[in-house]
Amino acid sequence: MHRTAYLLLADGRFPSGGHAHSSGLEAAVAAGRVTDLAGLEQFLHGRLSYAAPVTAAFTAATHLSAARTGSAPSATESDVTVPFLSLDRELEARTVSPALRLASRRQGRALLRAGRNTWPSELYGQLPKHPDGPHQPLALGVTAAAAGLSTEEAAQIAAYGVLTGPASAAVRLLGLDPYQVQNLLARMAGACDEIAAAAAAVAHKSPQELPAHAAPLADISAELHATWEVRLFAS
Amino acid sequence: MRALARIVAEADGRGGTRLARLRGEPPLQLRHTPDGSPMATVHLIGSAAGPLGGDDLRIEIEVGEGAALCVRSVAASIALPGRDGAPSRMTVTATVAAGGELRWLPEQLVAAAGCRHQATSTVELAGGARLWWREELICGRHDERPGDAVVSTAVDYDGGPLLRQSLTIGPGTPGWDGPAVLGGARATGSLLLVDPDAAPTPPVVLGATAVRMPLTGPATLVSATAPDAHVLRGYLDA
Repeated sequence: MHRTAYLLLADGRFPSGGHAHSSGLEAAVAAGRVTDLAGLEQFLHGRLSYAAPVTAAFTAATHLSAARTGSAPSATESDVTVPFLSLDRELEARTVSPALRLASRRQGRALLRAGRNTWPSELYGQLPKHPDGPHQPLALGVTAAAAGLSTEEAAQIAAYGVLTGPASAAVRLLGLDPYQVQNLLARMAGACDEIAAAAAAVAHKSPQELPAHAAPLADISAELHATWEVRLFAS
Repeated sequence: MRALARIVAEADGRGGTRLARLRGEPPLQLRHTPDGSPMATVHLIGSAAGPLGGDDLRIEIEVGEGAALCVRSVAASIALPGRDGAPSRMTVTATVAAGGELRWLPEQLVAAAGCRHQATSTVELAGGARLWWREELICGRHDERPGDAVVSTAVDYDGGPLLRQSLTIGPGTPGWDGPAVLGGARATGSLLLVDPDAAPTPPVVLGATAVRMPLTGPATLVSATAPDAHVLRGYLDA
């Protein structure tokens, strides 16, 4: 029913600024940890096991809160804002790197701008205010709700985005064969589906019970990357 | 094996700390090791190998208003598989009242081949409480691939979430030792410092694989990976 809206939001051409971020790949390439397609495959498996469950679960939980809010217009203000505030604080506590907190909020802000203009809704205004913007998974969850997507679709877009950002960055940073990179993504599709389904399945839990997987090098290399004077990607 | 150890530290009214309760049971034995400082120091002495698969070990810590407690261990703990493949568990819960301080500085956790270990720590800090919290995880004994281990830490400060992190290693998780997670490092860990009186600091790069980061709240976290336990401790020495 909402198939086109789903494709529109999942599309890398959706103007949410995601192309400016390599999700740690640029730092991993500079450190010599990723040099070829096999290295990219290991990198993406790590992103899928560690970053994707958290991102997709917070997206799905935000979507579920937003969808409930949207269907209950008489809800009091605290009913409306508390779930988002709690999701924001719990995700903040899971994002130990200041550079990654900023990258998440800047991507959230860009996505919110695109979402507001694409699928206007009062839901966006209910996200907690922060000078750098809302965290990206919260912005994605609300945008997916405004677009009329399901919680499962929201989680799927989140998990997929965790892979496609660094995959397309790899083509630019390492000059990898784009066909081989697409083949790699196709081979990881089943694993990506599983992560997305698991995230949607926990969306109803309280924010503190959501996944909190940490990848030490993601935090460490994000901070190193933030000190560079010249870089191709924002994170 | 199931065991529960409890430590309750209270201010003694003379600027020092009294251990109102200190109770262990095998294999979690506790020893008060006074060092002349106002802080009470307790050493955890593992009286059996392990934790072994099937073990369910719990430690409960309570630090009262104005009390200061440091918990150390005499040796690294080595998570080992049990006979029936059951997981081993170590659960630590701690509360620290306003003006209290807890330092949790145990030796490393080594995830031996074939282990299935789950370490879960939950810390509740009242506003004005201080904390040092160190976790060090070594991926296997010498020349050994590790089993599966999950080290989860949740810290609340003044009623809100301060830190939530869960580190999973081992063959059950695709990409765990790859370039996005550990980059082949055999040791990883973190040191959380919560100090409501400290001025906010910018992030500091401590080495090619170690940084100190300010959290959102009165805390910093040092996170590091290293080729071995010795190099790791260099980054996380409190």
